[in-house]
Amino acid sequence: MLILTCPNCGIACDETELTPGGVAHLERSGPGASDAEFEDYLFMRSNPKGVHFERWRHSSGCGKWFHAARDTATMQVFATYSAQVTGPTAEVLTAIRAKYPDYTLPEGLKEARP
Amino acid sequence: MRRYSAFAIAKEALRHNTGWQKAWRSPAPRKKYDVVIVGAGGHGLATAYHLGKNHGITNVAVVEKGWLGGGNTGRNTTIIRSNYLQDPSAAIYEKARSLYETMSQDLNYNVMFSPRGVIMLAQTHHEVRGYQRTAHANALQGVDTRWISPAEVKKLVPIINLDGPRYPVLGGLWQARGGTARHDAVAWGYARACSAMGMDIIQQCEVTGIDSAEGKVTGVQTTKGQIACDKLAMVVAGNSGLLAEMAGFRLPLETVPLQALVSEPIKPCMDVVVMANTVHGYMSQSDKGEMVIGGGTDGHNGYTQRGSFHHVEETVRALVETFPMISRLKMLRQWGGNVDVTGDRSPILSKTPLGNCFINCGWGTGGFKAIPGSGWAMAELVAKGEPGPLTAEFGLNRFREGRFIDESVAAGVAH
Ligand SMILES: Cc1cc2nc3c(=O)[nH]c(=O)nc-3n(C[C@H](O)[C@H](O)[C@H](O)COP(=O)(O)OP(=O)(O)OC[C@H]3O[C@@H](n4cnc5c(N)ncnc54)[C@H](O)[C@@H]3O)c2cc1C
Ligand SMILES: [Zn+2]
Repeated sequence: MLILTCPNCGIACDETELTPGGVAHLERSGPGASDAEFEDYLFMRSNPKGVHFERWRHSSGCGKWFHAARDTATMQVFATYSAQVTGPTAEVLTAIRAKYPDYTLPEGLKEARP
Repeated sequence: MRRYSAFAIAKEALRHNTGWQKAWRSPAPRKKYDVVIVGAGGHGLATAYHLGKNHGITNVAVVEKGWLGGGNTGRNTTIIRSNYLQDPSAAIYEKARSLYETMSQDLNYNVMFSPRGVIMLAQTHHEVRGYQRTAHANALQGVDTRWISPAEVKKLVPIINLDGPRYPVLGGLWQARGGTARHDAVAWGYARACSAMGMDIIQQCEVTGIDSAEGKVTGVQTTKGQIACDKLAMVVAGNSGLLAEMAGFRLPLETVPLQALVSEPIKPCMDVVVMANTVHGYMSQSDKGEMVIGGGTDGHNGYTQRGSFHHVEETVRALVETFPMISRLKMLRQWGGNVDVTGDRSPILSKTPLGNCFINCGWGTGGFKAIPGSGWAMAELVAKGEPGPLTAEFGLNRFREGRFIDESVAAGVAH
């Protein structure tokens, strides 16, 4: 069973307590965006085998959203972190690089500003 | 290729089975092919078969990183049906279903197609309306399905409990011509027929890079060296995102685990396939007597080929209520595959941003039933370089243009 620690309430939750919310840090396209930008935002996914940034909601607990960095091939959880950031934080990247020293963020994704 | 027949079995019995040949050759890759197909699952092999049979293109290699049929093709619960809602889906799935009827004869290989009938149970009023609508759509599409009452469901499936407190059976969508087939045999039968046409099936050979020049594909890098090709077809299901990345584009799909399980074998008790989409459970009985059970996908991305335990629990809980007699069955095996799920739950058979490179993916939780039709249609796309009538609607551009083939409204799960 996948266990993620909710950074909002500190509880280590079984997957059954959580609702997955899909890939994290998508940049929303607004009015005036082109069809291609909307297609990108709505449908195109990097779908990596390895490090993946995701949104989760502690739905059967505190009810709040948070982020997780997880490995889709090994199920390793690198970190969970606040929902209030637009990219993974420096600590999250450090945790990922402890396993994959050469890891770089995929195109279009930026580290959270401190 | 030596033909399989009752006569051949009798002859071999007399000489202690010393005369059988290998079903397919296992050659080393040549330097160049007209067409390289990545992925020796059902869809890749069927594409190769129809390239040869329908279009006379036999200078073909099918490159497989593991063993042929070892991906989702060898891991699925083998439900075959064509009662989809949207016209483009009904067309390609019905083409496939009808090709399954003659596949054993066409391939000279017993794929054990068993058109035993498929019921999709309606267990909410929403589903009742949905399936009645599908039955009407199917009538217009020429797909033979029928809405049936709870009493008719009970007659077809005596072991069912119609009045479960949470999941009462309110009727069902019945496709008498649907059923199951032996999944491995489908892959093996195609592999044997392709090999006999002179095609090379190269197993234990992973594609690690894609070569291109001037916007066109020129070949693939593999663990067995470089292989040049004029045309490339990517048919790798859950790994499609990785292949697309090698070719420099992205896809509108994500990879999630989907799992299945089988029970210990018991005496014959259910001779149709029953699907219960509200509760994400479906069940059929194999020829060996095992109850074959499938469930829902994980809610998060994954390449583990395993799946989360609580999904098994949810599926089994609902099925036990619907079929009380299975409550004491022991489960023998559980496994998972990585399925490629698109935004509209429909597949992609398309040209790609890279010239001469074609993709067939997005069959998600329900592509076994489509294998022969998909191979037929994909071969046409690869041979002619342009989509034909069966593939025209399934292009990648539909996501940009908003022309979805929305099957998620028709069925929460689509196995
Ligand atoms: C548990 C489960 C139950 C299912 N139940 C049903 C059902 O009842 N009915 C139904 O219709 N469908 C069902 N499906 C879906 C069905 O199994 C798939 O849609 C179908 O088998 C896909 O076939 P494919 O040939 O596209 O992919 P696969 O069979 O997965 O073949 C792709 C092949 O590509 C190879 N490959 C990947 N990457 C590379 C690379 N880089 N180089 C070389 N080779 C590579 C893989 O090893 C694999 O063998 C189910 C799936 C699962 C997992
Ligand atoms: Zn919480």
